[in-house]
Amino acid sequence: MSFIKTFIDGEEGLFKSDTLTPMQKLTLRFVVVGLIYFGFVVIEGMLMRLYEVKPLPFITEPQFFAILTAHPLVGIFGSTYSIVFGAFLFLVPFLMKKPLWSIKLGNWTLILVAVGTFIFWFAGFVSHYAPLYTLYWPLPADFTQFSVWGGTFFIVGIALVMVGSAFFVLNIFKTITYTPDGWEKQPSKALLASALGITGFRNLFTKNKKEHLVPLPVAAVARGSVDVALNTAIILFTGVLILVFMVAAIMGFDLKSTAIDALLYKNWFWWGLDLIADGLVLIFVAGTWYLLAMMISGKPLFMQNIARAALLVELVVSWTVWSHHLLSDQAQPAYLKVLSGEMVTAFELITQGLAFFITLATLWSARPLKMTNPLKFLLGGLLGFALAVPAGIMQADVGLNRILHNTQWIVGPHVHVAILVGLTMTLYSAIYILFPLLTNGAKLYSQKLANIHFWCHLIGGIGMGAFMGMAGLNGMLRRSLYINGEFNTYMILAALSGTLLLIGFLVFFYNIVMSVGIKGVIGIFTPAKIKTKELIASN
Amino acid sequence: MVDSKVVLTGQTLAYTFYCLVIILLMVWFAIKVTSKGKGLAVKPAIFYTFVGFLTVLGVSLHLITFNTIPWAEMDLNRSDYKPDKTFVIKVKDHQFIMPSEKLVINVNDKVLFDVQSEDLTYGFGLFRNDNSMMFQMQVVPGHRNDLLWQFDREGIYTIRSTEYSGPKGVYMILKDAVQVIPTNTTN
Repeated sequence: MSFIKTFIDGEEGLFKSDTLTPMQKLTLRFVVVGLIYFGFVVIEGMLMRLYEVKPLPFITEPQFFAILTAHPLVGIFGSTYSIVFGAFLFLVPFLMKKPLWSIKLGNWTLILVAVGTFIFWFAGFVSHYAPLYTLYWPLPADFTQFSVWGGTFFIVGIALVMVGSAFFVLNIFKTITYTPDGWEKQPSKALLASALGITGFRNLFTKNKKEHLVPLPVAAVARGSVDVALNTAIILFTGVLILVFMVAAIMGFDLKSTAIDALLYKNWFWWGLDLIADGLVLIFVAGTWYLLAMMISGKPLFMQNIARAALLVELVVSWTVWSHHLLSDQAQPAYLKVLSGEMVTAFELITQGLAFFITLATLWSARPLKMTNPLKFLLGGLLGFALAVPAGIMQADVGLNRILHNTQWIVGPHVHVAILVGLTMTLYSAIYILFPLLTNGAKLYSQKLANIHFWCHLIGGIGMGAFMGMAGLNGMLRRSLYINGEFNTYMILAALSGTLLLIGFLVFFYNIVMSVGIKGVIGIFTPAKIKTKELIASN
Repeated sequence: MVDSKVVLTGQTLAYTFYCLVIILLMVWFAIKVTSKGKGLAVKPAIFYTFVGFLTVLGVSLHLITFNTIPWAEMDLNRSDYKPDKTFVIKVKDHQFIMPSEKLVINVNDKVLFDVQSEDLTYGFGLFRNDNSMMFQMQVVPGHRNDLLWQFDREGIYTIRSTEYSGPKGVYMILKDAVQVIPTNTTN
């Protein structure tokens, strides 16, 4: 097959977008959008890294900080949310053996997340609105530094993403509990109780133990979705609050920013943000590891009941750990620093370590396994969290935080290794394993390119985190600029690692496009010709 | 009081060692799980031992640091300490407003840095000449931001804001603003 023909029709012309159900198309659309935004993030990250080495002539300082503001938000919402939402909107109905409650709502989720992300990214790009994702009060309402109009559009973009997230949560819970037309009545309350872990909790105290009605990965999705819902409410409320100040400024009124207590706001914001970083990410990832381990090994999950209980513990832990972000705030009460900041946070070492062990033990029970793409990326993802979680536990310590807070240590070995290596490699594993299911058996264009993707991503991700960490241990701050090149050696090495990540991503993107063909990519975005129900029936 | 650089060196060595061990462990697992052999179920006892190990590790980390890093205890109970010297520093419009051009401190004196913001959230950090960090804290408007510190050696330090406060915050640097000198050489 010629290069041009493969580029147009995909590897061996196996991918036929006409054969896809609306559900498959919806998921693939999410994946395409997520990967495009991941491309944004990688390129932006590289630009910032180069700027840290030597200011680039085509980027001004305010522009740099606008990129710094949008970068994590595009990464979390535009990329990760898209891929995760897409995967779970496919997997939950697939595992529950019934259609998604609403394909239409799923498409609205996609549109709102994609459009909302573009709006806040573009608003920041044009207006240089840059209060950073931390939005420490009253910085987002500091109109001496930032354009009020830029900020307004920025917040509207975030709000759209949050509405899309709320639609996702609704769709997930309705899918778990609803009764499809013509089906026998489903026990909605019992399904919900099982999904949220209430059944498992009751079983601890009763002799008549009830069976779990939802599979473990669905329970993980449901519990992670609780954190998505709570986070959505927090971010939406915060957005409205900031908008009030912005609309007042547009109308010529200067509202007193001191009306909001800065420390209370900080607690509020970090409580909400930690529902992502220490909540849904860890819960979704643990659930995905379990699913992948079972799919790869073909064996039941090791210590399944413990795993289920741990997901519930993780959910409760995620509501009580926020204070580790305020260990350097001297006005934060000491008991909150020790209990929430140190002790409860240390539980994450246990819950995530437990998920790590259970996944490895499940894989071990099926040895010898073939080193497939899903397996190697899953091992990469496990390694990522094994490196990043202890780094986080170390900084969540009153003593060490005094010399680590806001350094590159936080954002390097902890954040970037957790997201780039831990989370993203887990998502890649899911993409590789779901690829044949979602494409009705399309063939991967090149295994060699998949291997290059793996090694570039793994070495690039760990390398970037390591060099940022070294810079942090030597005093380099995050969210800052060193115009005299004080940390250039580390930043150049981190930039080289970032280049590997970029190469890995481009190789992956090319491999996927060549697998499904450009005609196939376009076909994903055209209306489906067959219904999801038909595929489920045929399966 | 032990210098924070010593603590950082200890942390660097411990974390580097851990990283090497976990990477080697994953390489070993990847080789073994794909090699010929029988797939055996892991004994629950190993699992429970591992969970117990993580629990001990998570708790002991904080106990060890609390008992070995001197500023941890001093920080949580700073009302129990009487500072030898207090510096009140105000921050406004991305500027540190100092009580004097240079803050002069005696070695081993307990010094309280009381930093007050009048507009945004800032940070307050002391940095050595090689750019490494001595310590930092957040400076939140409307709240008391005080840090007690004991310097165990002579040195000259730069003050820098350690929290993002908009693009202007990058330039919140006071070079060589703190000088620690031998005891009994100041009034």
